[in-house]
Amino acid sequence: MAEEQRIVLRNYGKIDPLKIDDYIAQNGYKSLEKARAMDPKAVIDEVKKSNLRGRGGAGFNCGQKWSFAYQAQADEKYVVCNADEGEPGTYKDRLIMENDPHTLFEGMAICAHAIGAKKGYIYCRGEYPYIVEILKTAISQAKEKGVLGDFDIEVRSGAGAYVCGEETALIESLEGKRGEPRFKPPYPPSEGLWGKPTIVNNVETFANIPVIMDKGAEWFAAIGVPSYPGTKVVTLTGDVNNRTFFEVPTHTTIREVIYKLGGGTPGGKKFKAVQIGGTSGAFIPESQLDTPIAFDNMSAIGATLGSGAVFVLDETREIVDTVTRITGFFEHESCGKCAPCREGTARCAELMEKINAGLGSQKDLNLLEKLGRVMTYSCLCGLGQAAPTPALSTIKHFRADYEAKFI
Amino acid sequence: MDYLKVISDHADVPGGILQAFHAVQAGLGYLPKEVIAEAARVFKISTADAHGVASFYSMFSVNSRGKNVIRICESAPCHVAGAAEVVAALERELGIKMGESTANGLFALEFTECVGQCQATPVITVNGKPYLDVKPAQIPSIIAEYS
Ligand SMILES: Cc1cc2nc3c(=O)[nH]c(=O)nc-3n(C[C@H](O)[C@H](O)[C@H](O)COP(=O)(O)O)c2cc1C
Ligand code: SF4
Ligand code: FES
Repeated sequence: MAEEQRIVLRNYGKIDPLKIDDYIAQNGYKSLEKARAMDPKAVIDEVKKSNLRGRGGAGFNCGQKWSFAYQAQADEKYVVCNADEGEPGTYKDRLIMENDPHTLFEGMAICAHAIGAKKGYIYCRGEYPYIVEILKTAISQAKEKGVLGDFDIEVRSGAGAYVCGEETALIESLEGKRGEPRFKPPYPPSEGLWGKPTIVNNVETFANIPVIMDKGAEWFAAIGVPSYPGTKVVTLTGDVNNRTFFEVPTHTTIREVIYKLGGGTPGGKKFKAVQIGGTSGAFIPESQLDTPIAFDNMSAIGATLGSGAVFVLDETREIVDTVTRITGFFEHESCGKCAPCREGTARCAELMEKINAGLGSQKDLNLLEKLGRVMTYSCLCGLGQAAPTPALSTIKHFRADYEAKFI
Repeated sequence: MDYLKVISDHADVPGGILQAFHAVQAGLGYLPKEVIAEAARVFKISTADAHGVASFYSMFSVNSRGKNVIRICESAPCHVAGAAEVVAALERELGIKMGESTANGLFALEFTECVGQCQATPVITVNGKPYLDVKPAQIPSIIAEYS
């Protein structure tokens, strides 16, 4: 029963991304026209009713977020697209921007109309210079055609900092500073870029908007799991036959993604674990594979949907070695603003390296677990809070792999 | 390149220091002290803050380095796909270690985290251009493209 359903990737392979007429021929910019004929409040109600939730990881209700910025009084408001896509194993936003840039602009322009903004930014990760070129070309075509009206979109490049995907760090970076997360509240919809009300949404979130405006909230809300309706683009890496991407309705289970679409593990080897949501996600054992790829269902098993990355490991892989590499990632990417993360990521990496080298003991593992638990509630932003997840989840589900490494 | 002009071209861009650094680095390969001092002046921040910005982001380098920057993804999907063997091949071929530049100033070797091309691991980039499904045996010919 697992089947693809393409909403955000509906134009993938069907249009030339650098020909705006191709997009227009697929009914492109019709939804924006429709939204502009509506009262902003009605647009927000429609998005709320669709129950679209953020695709960037936090799963916040999109229409509700927009309504906060709508209510905020200010001379200037901003729409920011989070195209930082730094979560290892993830390339879904790249796929959207590379193949259908106008669907992103249209989503942003509808948001701008809804909240009363005239200026938008796309913050694109520095590792995608070729995407920046596509976006710039497409924006100039949209300007020439006048489809965006008085809404202006500017593209900015990040410069290689994973933490800049965190929305307040991203805003700091847009302002030309070090990308260090801010203390919250205030949240961006009330005080964001240059202190003005700002909506930050993920690329995939924006790409859903034109379709919701076109087909209606009820149509959208009926797809997939009701608490997180619509589709999710998943990207498969590691030990899986079809190392590619799929867009699936959110009731699709992890098992269906790996076995029906992904074609299972190669070479007749047995499945061992899957990490969902990127490098900050939990490792999931075979017994939990019947969980739908939806936000609350994943939380219920102590995992996260995150970016929708699906990283599969077969029985021959060393879990402890893989997690050691991942703790190195967090040590490197910690911005250093708060001590629990700055110190904690370094100590986690140290402990994992010790255990992985065969020099650790039960004592080290206990220490790692305790440190990890403290980090989950004491770190300032999601980076530090999630950093111990790969270690904690594998200690829980694959403890024997750790014990086998003890001196 | 005339870095003074490149920086002043960005003077009116709010928060434009990152974009100015990108533009200068595209020409000079790194961000020398004078560039950071000039950017601080133009964007009206302290030199320490400008240096803080330059050193925060892994794609900016405040030290001179080889002209062609080769980066190897070491994130988990590339790690399990054999990134270590690609690293070994690069180090062997160029005669330098990760983090170093060749004596002739042509190449720099750096680690990076995921570059978003995970459909074809392991991945390296040269000056931002991705090479997919890289096998150690391909390294000499990739390097030859830039020699
Ligand atoms: C360390 C960290 C990295 C993040 N990286 C991204 C990212 O690359 N892209 C993204 O859209 N959201 C990322 N987020 C989530 C954003 O903070 C924010 O929730 C999101 O952009 C909101 O958009 P959405 O509601 O459309 O999902 C990250 C969060 C954290 C804590
Ligand atoms: S948790 Fe880590 S990344 Fe987040 S603010 Fe603290 S030090 Fe920076
Ligand atoms: S994990 Fe290496 S490119 Fe994404």
